[in-house]
Amino acid sequence: MTHNATASSAKWRLKQPSIIPGFGLTLGFSLAYLSLIILIPVAGLLWRTAELGWSGFFAVLTDRRTLDALYISFGTAFLAALVNVVFGTILAWVLTRYNFRGRRLIDAMVDLPFALPTAVAGIALASLYAPNGWIGSLFMPFRIAFTPLGIVIALIFIGLPFVVRTVQPIMEEIDREVEEAAATLGANRFQAISKVILPGLTPAILTGFALAFARGVGEYGSVIFIAGNIPYVSEIAPLLIVIRLEEFNYAGATAIATIMLLISFMMLLVINLIQAWSRRRYGNV
Amino acid sequence: MSDLARTPKVAFRNPADEGRTTKIVLLLLSLAFLVFFLFLPLLSVFVEALREGWETYFEALAEPDAWAAIRLTLLVAAIAVPLNLVFGLCASWAIAKFEFKGKAFLITLIDLPFSISPVISGLVYVLLFGSGSLLGPLLKSWGVEILFAVPGIVLATVFVTFPFVARELIPLMQDQGSGDEEAALSLGASGWQTFRYVTLPNIKWGLLYGVLLCNARAMGEFGAVSVVSGRIRGLTNTMPLHVEILYNEYNMVAAFAVASLLALLALVTLALKTLLELQFGAGNAGGRH
Repeated sequence: MTHNATASSAKWRLKQPSIIPGFGLTLGFSLAYLSLIILIPVAGLLWRTAELGWSGFFAVLTDRRTLDALYISFGTAFLAALVNVVFGTILAWVLTRYNFRGRRLIDAMVDLPFALPTAVAGIALASLYAPNGWIGSLFMPFRIAFTPLGIVIALIFIGLPFVVRTVQPIMEEIDREVEEAAATLGANRFQAISKVILPGLTPAILTGFALAFARGVGEYGSVIFIAGNIPYVSEIAPLLIVIRLEEFNYAGATAIATIMLLISFMMLLVINLIQAWSRRRYGNV
Repeated sequence: MSDLARTPKVAFRNPADEGRTTKIVLLLLSLAFLVFFLFLPLLSVFVEALREGWETYFEALAEPDAWAAIRLTLLVAAIAVPLNLVFGLCASWAIAKFEFKGKAFLITLIDLPFSISPVISGLVYVLLFGSGSLLGPLLKSWGVEILFAVPGIVLATVFVTFPFVARELIPLMQDQGSGDEEAALSLGASGWQTFRYVTLPNIKWGLLYGVLLCNARAMGEFGAVSVVSGRIRGLTNTMPLHVEILYNEYNMVAAFAVASLLALLALVTLALKTLLELQFGAGNAGGRH
């Protein structure tokens, strides 16, 4: 893409000429380190799965416990991402548009789920939403912790900053004149927001949703304390991988991991497609 | 909340702005959401930790296994963060200063650990070094233990914190271009001098920002580390793993006491991060971790 396509430079070249030194050293080290830490281990996982063969792979995949765990992981992550899209967008709006005391503090605190270790979030949420916890006791006899709803709560916590931090910068760039024009042309505030502002935010909101969803599917630390971990009911796929490993059932663990990995790659592809689409449609955002 | 409405107190309502009631409703909704999902969980960590007073709190932290966990966490971060720092500098130098084939693909690969479940990050090393693998028994015969030992914990931590520094530096260095470096080189500076006296001062705040986030994740990683650690008390237990063990033993005060240290680390990280953003505008592109 960046290649200089003059007629004479038909010769294949790895890199464009430059007077800056260190290309071989830095790229060489980066590639070696990347291969050792990431590529070879991940390739090993795929290799082990290939050794299982199709029949072995499908035996794990069609096991009811695997299917239920995958369903719970994806279902709860989807619900949590949906909640985060609604509240994350509102929160981003409040943080960009309204001026109130403590705004800076709240803005900084939105990143807490990135910074707080997941195990700490897990035990805090579990004790808070447990039947005898501060919040859980308010909702008794309806139970939140130790049910699938508890998983959703943990994933809402984990996913919130993904939506806010993806939507917020785009909101900050919205030209106020567009809204004024809408108002001048007779749109009420609701119409201006739903027909003028929201369409421009859609790619960012979708990206935020996809990021929160992808993170939620793989999340482990914050979920296992609040989930209750009952097989077929509130057992997430990452936990099932750990359980299979503890049973020394490496084939089972490997197959589930590969399925999750493939779905994550598809998610990554979808995110890139959304971003490419929004660049085409809305210019460079 | 008196400065909620920035409009003067005349009966004029900006048509390109929400009404006062809408604003208050949205604000309260956001605050309620944050209270239930962020503030109360954070507060509860400290309240639970101090439930039986400061004395019990410090006793829980002074316990030998807790100390061993704290030391191991610091050790793992002290190895993993510098490794990823060097990688981040190399990768961002290669990517930002040169045009080469396959660059976009390389950037995607660097981001890979962000889209992999932490449990899978640990699993890949179990498969690589476990008893059923080629490497594991070979290394064992040489007396090298990777799995259920410190090297495995370090590897898993390096894996999950792999992209943090590179991710912060690549866009920053791409924005800055190579003009400064070209000037330095044409004035006779060596490659190292150019990096040390021209590039490094330009990127230092972004670098610090990346290291900060990398360190927070390295000290707090749970899923990947729990798969490779074997959870041997006093030997291969990091702080997050120790929290889990204490919690599962219903030793709540001790669990939350160790957790409160990690929560403090998170708060310090957030404070420093906000400070860096306010002062130097570092990491504007953040939010993909």
